[in-house]
Amino acid sequence: MKILVAIKRVLDANVPVRIRADGLDVEISGARMSINPFDEVALEEAVRLKECGSASEVLAVALGAAVNQDILRHALALGADRAVQVEAPAGLQPLGVAKLLQAVVAREQPDLVLIGKQAVDDDAGQEGQMLAALLGWPQATFVSALQIENQALQAVREVDGGTETLALPLPAVVTADLRLNEPRFIKLPSLMLARKKPIEALSADALGVDLAPRLSVKALSEPPARGAGRLVADAAELVECLQIEGRRLEIKELS
Amino acid sequence: MSILILAEHDGQALKPATRRVVGAASSWTLPADVLVVGSQAVAREAAQLAGIRQVLHLECDAVPVAEELAPLLVELMHEHSVLLAAHSSLARDVLPRAAALLDVAMIGDAVRITGPASYVRPMYAGRLLAKVDSRDAIQVVTVRAPLFTPVGDAPAVPIQTLPALTGSATTRRIAANQQVSERPQLASARVVVSGGRALGEQFDTLLAPLAETLGAALGATRAAVDAGFAANELQVGQTGIVVAPGIYLAVGLSGAAQHLAGMSDSDVIVAINQDPDAPIFKVADYGLVGNLFETVPAVTRAIRQLQERQA
Repeated sequence: MKILVAIKRVLDANVPVRIRADGLDVEISGARMSINPFDEVALEEAVRLKECGSASEVLAVALGAAVNQDILRHALALGADRAVQVEAPAGLQPLGVAKLLQAVVAREQPDLVLIGKQAVDDDAGQEGQMLAALLGWPQATFVSALQIENQALQAVREVDGGTETLALPLPAVVTADLRLNEPRFIKLPSLMLARKKPIEALSADALGVDLAPRLSVKALSEPPARGAGRLVADAAELVECLQIEGRRLEIKELS
Repeated sequence: MSILILAEHDGQALKPATRRVVGAASSWTLPADVLVVGSQAVAREAAQLAGIRQVLHLECDAVPVAEELAPLLVELMHEHSVLLAAHSSLARDVLPRAAALLDVAMIGDAVRITGPASYVRPMYAGRLLAKVDSRDAIQVVTVRAPLFTPVGDAPAVPIQTLPALTGSATTRRIAANQQVSERPQLASARVVVSGGRALGEQFDTLLAPLAETLGAALGATRAAVDAGFAANELQVGQTGIVVAPGIYLAVGLSGAAQHLAGMSDSDVIVAINQDPDAPIFKVADYGLVGNLFETVPAVTRAIRQLQERQA
């Protein structure tokens, strides 16, 4: 069984987000970038499936500029067998990404696509579902536990108010919740070895995919800061404040 | 053209979010139809939502999986130009799939609708707001329901029954585990009491009585959930539920960006923490610094005393 994992390069979740001078995007030049944490979980799951004998090959795919190679090296070090870089213009949107991945899937014929449930930059959370739609494959989203037996998946999904378990045939698309696993720590020798492995290159042009943007960002802004609050001395004073706010809330609801 | 709203329910009744999504639909001046995939009773309840044109009802016991529900939405969008739903796990699963089948983009988690194809949505865990325009002829949108005004009831509109699905999905739902609780639903509660990892094994013993006295829902940080102190479905934040209650009581949680993403739209934020430098105090309207294991029971007791005096 072959697993394709799509990974995205994002601004590291721990660095401040700054708006670019033109106000239309985030300033990433010089900022620390990493693999989207949800995609790293997806990758870890694929590698574990290979280690336990359920999968035979793990392919990591990144889309975008050549700088993406750093996250593909990371994927190889974590245990991916192959890495493919699809050269594509900046500013890809979810539907365009899904179409590019559809073209890569047509070439590579994986049995399973694993991908993070959302990227921590745009927080769109649409990629896996859109790809599954275009492929006509079943999907299991927000997955926190995964089993493969007899060419079929059993996936536990996190849904509002609880969980549900789906059984679905392969090929399929699965999107990973953070709770699916904890990615391993990558040791230096693995990183050194990964540097010597080849990264295959494809180009979006050659794949003949329509990447016309459907959405345009008109402006980015920071949400209005909340006014400074006040510290109270003890439980009694806090409860007084709660009482006042509770009354205000009731009045607001009545009006 | 018109709007199609995907209603949400628990099998018996509409979820409060649906009333707010219908409220959000008034941003367009278009007729709105509500799709109920569920029981007769829910369809009848939906028919009384104020301001809608009709209910489209597909009778079924359990909501079909995305693989089957998405094609139904696509079919219905021949007659509609906007597909609208709350930013719930159901809509986040099925709407992107429907959007791709329609060959259109999807706008997720809109916090404001500023024009027929213009929205404001959060990015980077709510650290930025993006004003986004769509060029597609069909708009597929989820909204952050707590930020929109709910509609009330009105005389019932007609219910149009849809033909049953053919059951073409290859996916089967083999188990569903919904937590039943006496407490209000987290997503729609007026008051939320939320705890962090600092509460440790005493998460429930400290917070459940406080939540009960306030008639509040319980919430938790991802760290508290991951450590096993709180149940999964309580998680508030970038990857959990987004809430915007009247009062959000944050107990023993530091206020990481990923958590703030799920609650910073609350009207009033109250923080109790032992660390005076915790970032949560920067967004809190009221803060109390103190030992959680003494302060929280003291607050619970003080509220009870107040309630007894008022009773």
